[in-house]
Amino acid sequence: MASLLANRERTRSALKIAAKRFLHIFPAFLTMIILVSIILFLLPDEVISDYLGGDNIFIGVILASFLGSITFMPGFIAFPLSGILLQRGVAYMVLAAFTTTLMMVGVLTAPIEKAYFGMKVTILRNVISFFIALIVAVMIGLFFGEIF
Amino acid sequence: MKRNDIIRIVGLSGYALFLVLSLALGFDPGKEIGRNFLSFSLAMLKILPGAFILIGLFEVWVKRETIEKHFGEKSGIRGYVWAILLSSTTVGGIYVAFPIAYSLYCKGARLGVIFTYLGAAAICRVPMTIFEASFLGIKFSAIRLLVSIPLVVGTSMLLGSYLAKRNYKLAAGR
Repeated sequence: MASLLANRERTRSALKIAAKRFLHIFPAFLTMIILVSIILFLLPDEVISDYLGGDNIFIGVILASFLGSITFMPGFIAFPLSGILLQRGVAYMVLAAFTTTLMMVGVLTAPIEKAYFGMKVTILRNVISFFIALIVAVMIGLFFGEIF
Repeated sequence: MKRNDIIRIVGLSGYALFLVLSLALGFDPGKEIGRNFLSFSLAMLKILPGAFILIGLFEVWVKRETIEKHFGEKSGIRGYVWAILLSSTTVGGIYVAFPIAYSLYCKGARLGVIFTYLGAAAICRVPMTIFEASFLGIKFSAIRLLVSIPLVVGTSMLLGSYLAKRNYKLAAGR
């Protein structure tokens, strides 16, 4: 709004850029939405809860980090779900692996990332993020006394 | 590129056909997927137009020199600090951060700073962290941030300099 008052011409060209950029990336977003719609069907919240609630904490962490990488969940669903799982006795370490990969590693957002940064960078960044998430999980496990 | 377009069109029409058939024949998994598609598209529509308008305004109003000074080669450690602060205000998910990071790059931000921005946009958005702390506890959030931020900055620096050595350039005009 301030921009519109300050300079009509520039605001118009800003909107033009916005529309052009959006249309250009639209196919990648569409691909992501389609992938998400299928994955959410295959892995609903209940299934994820079942997987994370296992007995072995290390298998739990590995499962959690893979699930977090391949699914997609906004924070306002992921954290309440984690809160419920915590009350059911799921370890902090498993929840850390799940939420951190959920936030940082995006197999489903890869079509968009690839369109901007190319395949190689997309793979590198996601692999690095996966290991960062594992380190975070281990540190959480140490601080909450779940490892020793 | 041409082959990819064909794959995309075939995939899209297959998906659309599957949804329409499911609806017509009352196939429940298909209807469920269709519902997911609609609700997720709506969520996207709420965030994306605003984000892209901001990107447009950014392209028009912010001078290249400003970005180069604060996020570019000479910005030093401050560039990383700015990237983290900027990322903490990001709304939505990492998918919103990709186009923003790309715009920053086009205006002269360096690669390490861009990757820091992306990583930080994933892990230290303020509203999300408050939400997280309210469900999992402040201790959990604090450890997560203290462990992950240095790792994100460090690996971003490494990845940035590795790519710079390889003379990596992002495609223009996205």
